Amino acid sequence: MARQTPSLTKWMGIEKEKKMRYAEAGFNLEIDLTRGNIEREATDPKWTEFYLGGQGTAGKILWDRVRPEVEPFSPDNLLIFSAGLLNGTPVIGANRTSVDTFSPQTGRYSHSLFGGFFGPELKHAGYDKIIFRGKARDLMYLYIHNDTVELRDAGHLKGKGALETAHLLKQELKLPEAQVAAIGLAGENRVYMATIEHANSSASRGVGVIMGDKRIKAIVVRGTKNIHIARPKALFELIGPMYKQIHDRKDCGDPMSHEDDEAFHVDNFAWGNARKRIKGYWNKEKEIRWKALSDQVRNRWTGCYNCPKDCHQSVSYPGRPTYFQKCYSKLTYAMAAFEELDFNYDILGVTQQYGLDGFSTPQVLAFAVELYEAGILTDADLPGFPKTARERFFYLVEKIVRREGIGDALANGVYHAARQIGKGAEAFDHNSMKKFEQVPLKLGMVNFPYFLMYATGEKMNITQIEGSYPQVAIPDKEERRKFVDNWEAAPERFKKWYMEWEPQTHPSIEACVNICDWNEVMHYIDDSIGTCAWLSSFRGQFGGRPPYHIFNLPTFISLAAGIDLDPDSLWKKAARNRNLIRAINIRKGLRRADEKPPEDHWKKRDPEMEKKMLDAYYEFKGWNNEGIPTKNKLDELGLGFVSEDFLKRGILTENEMLPLAKEDAE
Amino acid sequence: MEEKIKTKIVKQIRVDIDKCTGCRACELACSAFHARPRYGSANPAGSRIRVMIDELKDVYVPVRAGFYTPAECTGRYTYTIGSKEYRECGFCRVACPSRGYFKDPSSHLSLRCDMCESDTPLETPWCVTVCGSGALIYEERETTMTENEANPEEINIGLESLADQYGMQAILDTVARMSKTYPKNISGYQISERKNDQK
Ligand code: SF4
Ligand code: SF4
Ligand code: SF4
Repeated sequence: MARQTPSLTKWMGIEKEKKMRYAEAGFNLEIDLTRGNIEREATDPKWTEFYLGGQGTAGKILWDRVRPEVEPFSPDNLLIFSAGLLNGTPVIGANRTSVDTFSPQTGRYSHSLFGGFFGPELKHAGYDKIIFRGKARDLMYLYIHNDTVELRDAGHLKGKGALETAHLLKQELKLPEAQVAAIGLAGENRVYMATIEHANSSASRGVGVIMGDKRIKAIVVRGTKNIHIARPKALFELIGPMYKQIHDRKDCGDPMSHEDDEAFHVDNFAWGNARKRIKGYWNKEKEIRWKALSDQVRNRWTGCYNCPKDCHQSVSYPGRPTYFQKCYSKLTYAMAAFEELDFNYDILGVTQQYGLDGFSTPQVLAFAVELYEAGILTDADLPGFPKTARERFFYLVEKIVRREGIGDALANGVYHAARQIGKGAEAFDHNSMKKFEQVPLKLGMVNFPYFLMYATGEKMNITQIEGSYPQVAIPDKEERRKFVDNWEAAPERFKKWYMEWEPQTHPSIEACVNICDWNEVMHYIDDSIGTCAWLSSFRGQFGGRPPYHIFNLPTFISLAAGIDLDPDSLWKKAARNRNLIRAINIRKGLRRADEKPPEDHWKKRDPEMEKKMLDAYYEFKGWNNEGIPTKNKLDELGLGFVSEDFLKRGILTENEMLPLAKEDAE
Repeated sequence: MEEKIKTKIVKQIRVDIDKCTGCRACELACSAFHARPRYGSANPAGSRIRVMIDELKDVYVPVRAGFYTPAECTGRYTYTIGSKEYRECGFCRVACPSRGYFKDPSSHLSLRCDMCESDTPLETPWCVTVCGSGALIYEERETTMTENEANPEEINIGLESLADQYGMQAILDTVARMSKTYPKNISGYQISERKNDQK
């Protein structure tokens, strides 16, 4: 085994921390599932200063402790739940929990965030992270009530729905105020599209399957301890007026949630297995009918911890248990099945309980239907396969969550299912990238900042990468000028590029590279401090006025956590995390050849320019031609332990270039 | 028995449970305002307002802490309002031994909403300020009240129950402290002259 640097014990515990810890608890829970051992480990405040927290520190732990040879289903894989650095502080909307592990679907780093109340509660219980290793023999749940932490038998919860599990646990423990994160049947059966469900939120993209593989049905947490704030009075003075501002502001929060005009999605996103755009589908009659249905099934809008927005609807569809719906999952199943909204609400009532991701699952289902229609899957594979799309989707969901028959292959996602099924099924896998289902967008002309974000992102879904730079240029120059004048969130260079950007033209290579960089940096900040992307990194692209941005985030971090920062140093920390996560994937084999958005994502491609863009982006990032961060870059970011490891493994050579990369660049 | 007529400003918070999003910002802000030092920590477990949530039943009820009781009540009701069921406890403001609400998480002493009037009173209570959805609305109402002359027996009973909960020394200390700032520190209502001072 390669020596991991630096060892856990050296970093943790030995150097006793004298200073008061602000914003964070200062302890992680180490849960060895194989041995049933639970430890509380003091963490090093230097890590917080270096990586902030959340995804950042989780990345460091994955790098140190999971060797690249470790398979995702190995007991040596870790599953880490991290409260963001600012979770539980008064900073509005800082409630994201980051889940980090390795995915069996991509074979690489897997990461998802969920909102709600879990991260703050974990902090109040006295922990910043829960780190699971090993595997339990039987289905267990983790019980955390301040200093009491126990692994308990979850046999009685086997097969129970995710929200139902939360409900039952709170009842049996007589802890109505506890927070629960749980998997449904999909997670238990190691379905790759499995989610972890918590209150009105869920984590997806390959983390639920690992929770199931480790045999953890749920985590219950109740915490009543104080979290200390560095400069509380100043922080409260700052946030007091913000509640109303954020609540009233149209350009933050989820723009889709309260929207009854669905034209944007139904006209622009592709239906079926990411196949068909239906122009002109939307009309007033549908809008009235769909709105009436939404109003009828919606109990109320709900928000996450300490946030005045309300992006999640609580839904009770006749015959289904109450569930929560967020984001564009309102339409994903309907569009994949060429059905209407009622079908979507109906099937969500089933899939939310099973704990299935509302983005990738519909694509897997539509893919299976296509294979059947093409004769690749037959009645022998799908005995009694119904005639209508509606019934077919329900049928397939049941097969998948139980891994029954063909459901066993489909449960591995489109990429793997296509290869397992064979007989030409591979050709129907046209919308995955890095083995992961992408948002069903099929567009006209290649968009270079998007090309770069798709190609180089580590977070598998464009929504986790895009978001600060506007998607479109305002046609009227005067209007554009006005927009730019009020654009607090943007560093100066972007204002210049935006002013120069005429609709229907491509920004310069330099601009594209910077746009991609800015977009991803903001996500890396959010994902370490736990601020919601709807108030920050995702939200600048529509309206340009996110409540949080690179210029004011340093103030919030320093008032809450006592870490003094300016925009440049914050940017650098995010860049460090970005490179660290990159390095984790590089060590897992990621190379330039993988960085290809789906072939048909855009109808008109420009391979030559795309190559130039990728070259320029790699160079800008301080990466070599294979997309590997160079020694200089890594050392400059304080990631010397990464470059050392890369040199030892031969991933980097002394002159930092791979022979192959040189040829490539000729 | 002598009676005096006085005008008082009654402060109240109107609650619209249909608008509550369950964000619990009210809990956070309340606990921070009452932390020692003020704002020194934010911990919903020590809040004087709690949002009683049952996600699957769509129950979201913000409740402000009222009196302390040494024993839980018996024979609780279940209310059906609209088509939803609410347990009586879900509306109850009492700091009661049957549940963890409205007790300071470290001292376990009971907590009571003071309309954010302790020390320097706030113009608008914190819970209302942070409630973006409008589920909590602050109102001031002028009302005339008849103040009874002191009935020593009633005061005795009241003080006994307080002493029962906090101990006599704490009561004496509080009376000593309050006498310095009285009448500013009456929770729940104010004497109207004070409002004029403020303006
Ligand atoms: S903006 Fe919406 S999703 Fe984000 S924290 Fe607030 S309520 Fe939750
Ligand atoms: S702040 Fe308002 S909306 Fe939020 S939980 Fe409290 S009462 Fe409900
Ligand atoms: S009025 Fe003040 S003390 Fe009472 S619940 Fe609201 S914030 Fe707490």
